[in-house]
Amino acid sequence: MIELIRNPNINFLGKRYIAFTFSGILSIIGIIAIIQISTGKANLGIDFAGGTSIQLKFERPVDLHAIRLALEGGGIRDFDLQDLPAVNKVLIRMKKSEQQLGTASEAVTAILTQRFPDNKYLIDSTTEIGPKVGGRLRADAAQAVGVAIIGILIYVAFRFQFKFGVGATIATFHDVLAVLGLFFIMGKEINLILVTALLTIAGYSLTDTVVVFDRIRENLKMRQRESVEKIMNTSINEVLSRTIITSTTVLLTSLALFLFGGEVLHDFSLAMILGVLIGTYSSIFVASPIVLLWGGKRPFANK
Amino acid sequence: MKKKVFWRFLLISITVVLAAVFFLPNTPAFQYMPQWWKDTMPNKGIILGLDLQGGLHLVFEVEGDKAVEITTDRYATTLKDLLARKKVTAEIRREGVGILVTPASVEVRKVIEDNYPSLSPSETGGRLIYRISDKEARRMKDSAVDQALETIRNRIDQFGVSEPTIHRQGENEIVVQLPGVKDPKRAIDLIGKTAQLEFKLVDDESRISAELPQAVAPGEEEGILRQFADRIPEGDEILFEKKVNRETGVTRKMPVLLKKQAVMTGDLLSEAKVSIDTRFNEPYVSISFNTAGAKLFEDITGANVKKRMAIILDNSVYSAPVIQEKIAGGNAQITGNFSMEEARDLSIVLRAGALPAPMKMLQNVTVGPSLGRDSIDAGKMAAIIGTIAVALFMILYYRLSGVIADLALILNIILLLGAMASLNATLTLPGIAGIILAIGMAVDSNVLMFERMRDELRAGKTPRAAVDSGYDKAFWTIFDSHVTTLITAAVLFQFGTGPIKGFAVTLSLGVSINLFTALIGTKSVFDLINSRREIAQLSI
Repeated sequence: MIELIRNPNINFLGKRYIAFTFSGILSIIGIIAIIQISTGKANLGIDFAGGTSIQLKFERPVDLHAIRLALEGGGIRDFDLQDLPAVNKVLIRMKKSEQQLGTASEAVTAILTQRFPDNKYLIDSTTEIGPKVGGRLRADAAQAVGVAIIGILIYVAFRFQFKFGVGATIATFHDVLAVLGLFFIMGKEINLILVTALLTIAGYSLTDTVVVFDRIRENLKMRQRESVEKIMNTSINEVLSRTIITSTTVLLTSLALFLFGGEVLHDFSLAMILGVLIGTYSSIFVASPIVLLWGGKRPFANK
Repeated sequence: MKKKVFWRFLLISITVVLAAVFFLPNTPAFQYMPQWWKDTMPNKGIILGLDLQGGLHLVFEVEGDKAVEITTDRYATTLKDLLARKKVTAEIRREGVGILVTPASVEVRKVIEDNYPSLSPSETGGRLIYRISDKEARRMKDSAVDQALETIRNRIDQFGVSEPTIHRQGENEIVVQLPGVKDPKRAIDLIGKTAQLEFKLVDDESRISAELPQAVAPGEEEGILRQFADRIPEGDEILFEKKVNRETGVTRKMPVLLKKQAVMTGDLLSEAKVSIDTRFNEPYVSISFNTAGAKLFEDITGANVKKRMAIILDNSVYSAPVIQEKIAGGNAQITGNFSMEEARDLSIVLRAGALPAPMKMLQNVTVGPSLGRDSIDAGKMAAIIGTIAVALFMILYYRLSGVIADLALILNIILLLGAMASLNATLTLPGIAGIILAIGMAVDSNVLMFERMRDELRAGKTPRAAVDSGYDKAFWTIFDSHVTTLITAAVLFQFGTGPIKGFAVTLSLGVSINLFTALIGTKSVFDLINSRREIAQLSI
């Protein structure tokens, strides 16, 4: 049989303070991101901020600069442009337009039809979100993350013990914060589809953590004499190859999605890739150390 | 042992056949099936979401406050008439959402309270104001949403969209989903138009009327309104008529001074249809009133011969012809440089009736059909490549056991598609991502089992014992890890809108089916191998 590492014996918990520092930094970035999001300073997608986005597919290649000039000349303010030159697509986004819905996109298409008469285009998609809907979606998303985390806490606390629930929840929340923070730093758009990715990451990372916890519980029951820390280390080592293999398969599919899944799912799959890496790390370096740090009496001891 | 394995394989075979039957409508093979099959067997399959097949997702807010305002307006006018008929002297004025009544005499109060039970009085500083009571206002707003829903449904039915979804959301919102619409702007206009048809008399006697400019360029209407704001006679208003020059195609707006009070509205309409003006070969909409409407129209035209009457739709004047003589029979025409499509849409909204209150568009997501097709192609590509990559990796690492895991993986995909088809679930773009991720996660159960089996083999157990105890030990871990994913999928389902709900559906189905394929499928294959004879070595 092929083995990744033969009988691994790495002292993961010994490195917990390095891990805590690293995770602390990631989490702080995530918290900054949340603050920026709630004050509206982050790069919010129009589904959260409200506004209009139009994606156009031109017949022939277009110059982004020419489009910018045309739109500015037509009196459109506060927009940004993005192009996918390989397929002659242009994405125009206007945030927080005060105008009535519908008028902004009509104005844009009217200008482009007039200024580029010999380069016809198809409207791939139009998204117009009023400020009221944006605010509601934002609140819904925050609520969803909250509910998911409470659900996780309850289930793990019920299946294991309360402090395991806390460890799993913190590790999961850590992953969500970290990916959000990284997206924030990279200047990527924070939108509804990212929240979907974050919740998927939460589910995935939790799976990883539960597998580790399961082994820890089993070993705690079997080896009453060994210290909790030693048992945790042994358990993490025992499931290490599973952790790596499963992460690899999920990474492979996320990568396939990233490379071939099309423009709409690009950021989603990027978030998944980051999330799988961070989730794998946190189930090894964050979840168990927190249970250990919590202290209290030896879990799952025979009475 | 052998018998148990047989039954399990039978179960798997039945589920695969069922999945294939349910999924068949989504494959090209379905059109070659005999007619009886198409009629009696599942024929719907997986439905593509709006983001994949293209279409519109619209959310409107019904401005219920306006409905209350309109009613208050109407009460104020009818009240004026009523007091005049009863010879009670009182002044009635609209003030915001209330009706200011002076003087606040007992006599006036009695008339109002006897005839308008839904008005409730409030008195501050000697000023008597009647308002529609909160309870009544709430009921009005609520029924405005229901009425709007019904009207929109009528309009869309007549417009002709296959399988539209129209439903109410929350207190005052209406969600409209129209798959595969080719001309989104036209559909939005058709749905969102209030279509309040009114007939008002032109006030040609006022001095202002002569002072108004002939026509202004579009966009300058506000300026005109400001300029004349203080001088418009009491009970009058200025609205604009769009004029298009037939030769140059230039659009101008002509201001018209009107008596604010509509002499007639569109609710007495019985029919509206497109006709062609033979002189200019231009379409117009001809309308007919019902009996009561025809009588009213006859009286009004009779009383106002030689005056001009404006036909107004949603506060735009369409035409303001001079009444030459009393018009009997209850027919009228709406002209206004329409294109054929515009005329047809106008006749639809007039037939379906006006919305009880204006609507505001809150959200519009329109996806063109080509983007949807691109997304499906890209999704398929990613799914195939992802599956191959995972499958190869498993064979490389686990050898023959990897092949078994891959069989389980394929079984997983077949059953997932079958399950989605049997539920007629909606597949969205995030849903495709969900399937692809589920593929990545599906092998996890097998990985957990295989690693346990390896542990047991290392501990010196025989292959058969290693399979059994590895399987038993992995069971609860697999169970726990699946439940946790289901929790987040449930949350996503609860909170998500269309596309994200689709993701939650595929992810949770994928995870649940995985539990079945791993626990029944993989185990059965191992049992089958072991049941022949005790094998010396397990390829794992």
